[in-house]
Amino acid sequence: MKKRSKKIFLFFFGVIACTLLIACSSNDPAPVEPVENYVPTPKPLTIPPIFERLLPTPFVPSDNPQTEEGIALGRKLFYDPILSGDGTQACASCHSPSNSFTDDTRFSIGIDGIEGTRNSMPLYNLAWNTGNKFFWDGRANSIEHQAFEPVTNPIEMHNTWENAVASLQGDAQYPELFNKAFGTATISKELTAKAIAQFERTLISANSPFDRYLEGENSLTPQEINGFAIFMDETRGDCFHCHGNEFSPLWTDNIFHNNGLDAIITDKGLGNVTGDPNDDGKFKSPSLRNLAFTAPYMHDGRFATLDEVINHYSEGLVYSPTIDPLMKAISTGGVHLTEPDKADLKAFLLSLSDPSFINNPNFQDPN
Amino acid sequence: MKKVALIFVMAIFAIACSNDDPQPTVLGCTDPSSLNYNPAATEDDGTCEYEILGCTDPTSSNYNPDANTDDGSCIYNKMVTFSFTQNWDGQSVMNTDFNTTTYTNAFGNSLKISKLRYLISRISLHKADGSTVDFEEYNLIDLTDPASLTLTPAIMATTGDYTGISFVYGFNETDNVSGAYSDLNTVNWNWPEMLGGGYHFMQMEGTYLDNTGTAQPYAYHNGTARVSDGVFEQNFLVFNLNQNFSINADATIEIKMNIAEWYKNPYTWDLNVFNTNLMMNYEAQKHMNENGPSVFSLGDITE
Repeated sequence: MKKRSKKIFLFFFGVIACTLLIACSSNDPAPVEPVENYVPTPKPLTIPPIFERLLPTPFVPSDNPQTEEGIALGRKLFYDPILSGDGTQACASCHSPSNSFTDDTRFSIGIDGIEGTRNSMPLYNLAWNTGNKFFWDGRANSIEHQAFEPVTNPIEMHNTWENAVASLQGDAQYPELFNKAFGTATISKELTAKAIAQFERTLISANSPFDRYLEGENSLTPQEINGFAIFMDETRGDCFHCHGNEFSPLWTDNIFHNNGLDAIITDKGLGNVTGDPNDDGKFKSPSLRNLAFTAPYMHDGRFATLDEVINHYSEGLVYSPTIDPLMKAISTGGVHLTEPDKADLKAFLLSLSDPSFINNPNFQDPN
Repeated sequence: MKKVALIFVMAIFAIACSNDDPQPTVLGCTDPSSLNYNPAATEDDGTCEYEILGCTDPTSSNYNPDANTDDGSCIYNKMVTFSFTQNWDGQSVMNTDFNTTTYTNAFGNSLKISKLRYLISRISLHKADGSTVDFEEYNLIDLTDPASLTLTPAIMATTGDYTGISFVYGFNETDNVSGAYSDLNTVNWNWPEMLGGGYHFMQMEGTYLDNTGTAQPYAYHNGTARVSDGVFEQNFLVFNLNQNFSINADATIEIKMNIAEWYKNPYTWDLNVFNTNLMMNYEAQKHMNENGPSVFSLGDITE
């Protein structure tokens, strides 16, 4: 017994001595470590009730959580032409809020006056992009990765990331804004893309008349309701297999299809990315939200109006080897909707447009 | 007083000695049926220990801390993985066959497959003792998504003898609730409300050669059958695949789909007749349902 008490005493003495030592050392006046534990203010995505009810939780990469400072920085970058080679173009030049973050031309024109080959994609609900394939051909596997490309694309912003980062680093405001967003004033292309991606993930659209109808907050016209029935009818519109339904409010499957545009495929789309000829001519199904603001349509912007789009599926389909089996009656160009059905279908499609999204003050140019 | 007491005690000893047998008392367990029966014991001291049968392995799921004799009843939880494979009358079908391999159905149609997705739910393992292991997951198998070709449920199966496996192809009436499954919603797996709602059970798509040799699309989509406006008929299938097997370790159970069976037994399917627009076609939906029972079978069970 005695021996043990002695040991316990010694142990406690040791602990006290150590504690004292630590206490003394932590009282030293000069802290060597910098502020490593800076944490920007978390700002999780606000999930609309209809998405909460029907969709999985949005995907936010664990190495790029949403923060107030990150989103604010991304928003500033999105609208700042500083990222382009000659300081004339920003992301927003081809992704304007008034067009649901696309533009109104068939092909956007880069800083050197050169026209692209694909229609600028609208941006919204990107955190629900099942499969995480971005661009018409799915060549980017995250928004962060996607954001790298336009900056250096010679027919777009035609810059180098080295130069873009140097411009940001030399700016009066950006180093401090990066410091606030990421805890470091040393700017990199990765952090720049992360900030832009954070802003882009906040671009959530879920307040169209049809959304409010589904939530029991308003009614639709008989024409819109009939248009939805045509949309859901396999023998007429058969739009739902690729473009969602009342329980799938993204209005896309985020999958790639050949929708019968051309007999001879000139732009291989997904086939260029996978190298598989069976993927030739396949492009990502775009969402049908906000069509009122996103003309022209298709990956190459070939259709100026929604009427042209509906006519294509109704009687303009042409065969090519990779055409999706969901494209029916190809020998006659399609299922030949009646004119009243076309008009009703169009009315329904327009009920998926969300003016409150394009006018959201949080999404506008902060500069 | 003290002396009187001493004499009295000595007297008792003297009497005791003279009255008893010469053998000394041996304390111990005197029950021959006990584990520690002491044949030499002359007097039971309450220490008899009896055999308590049970599982004596603390790592088992039915460990009995009171048991002192293992009776071989230990049960262990083992992980079960279901492996979903597809074949055309025995010839393996994978997504690499899509759009390239040509198959001939029982009717004689020449066809290629470009998409195959199907839903399996309510998988149960049936034990020899009559109990079941009921897994909670449903699985949407998509041949282009390798992760979907296997399912390892959260619940583990207990070791022992089994007599078979059951599952539902599609969703049964209770589970087939419109919009209820967010992961299925995002992949547009929903079945239109005007056709009874809920979800697709299968989407098989591709092209076949029509009578003129021209490639035509087919979309063999299966789900609830619409009898008439607002009148629907359940169209799911329950499979009871009986086979004796035992689980002694983590196991993989293969569930095989013979795609060719969707086109025969009993209804010989002609793609010239039923190709697209089949979802609202009651006759086509019921033919799918008739042909379905021979589609699935149990494959290898490996440990």
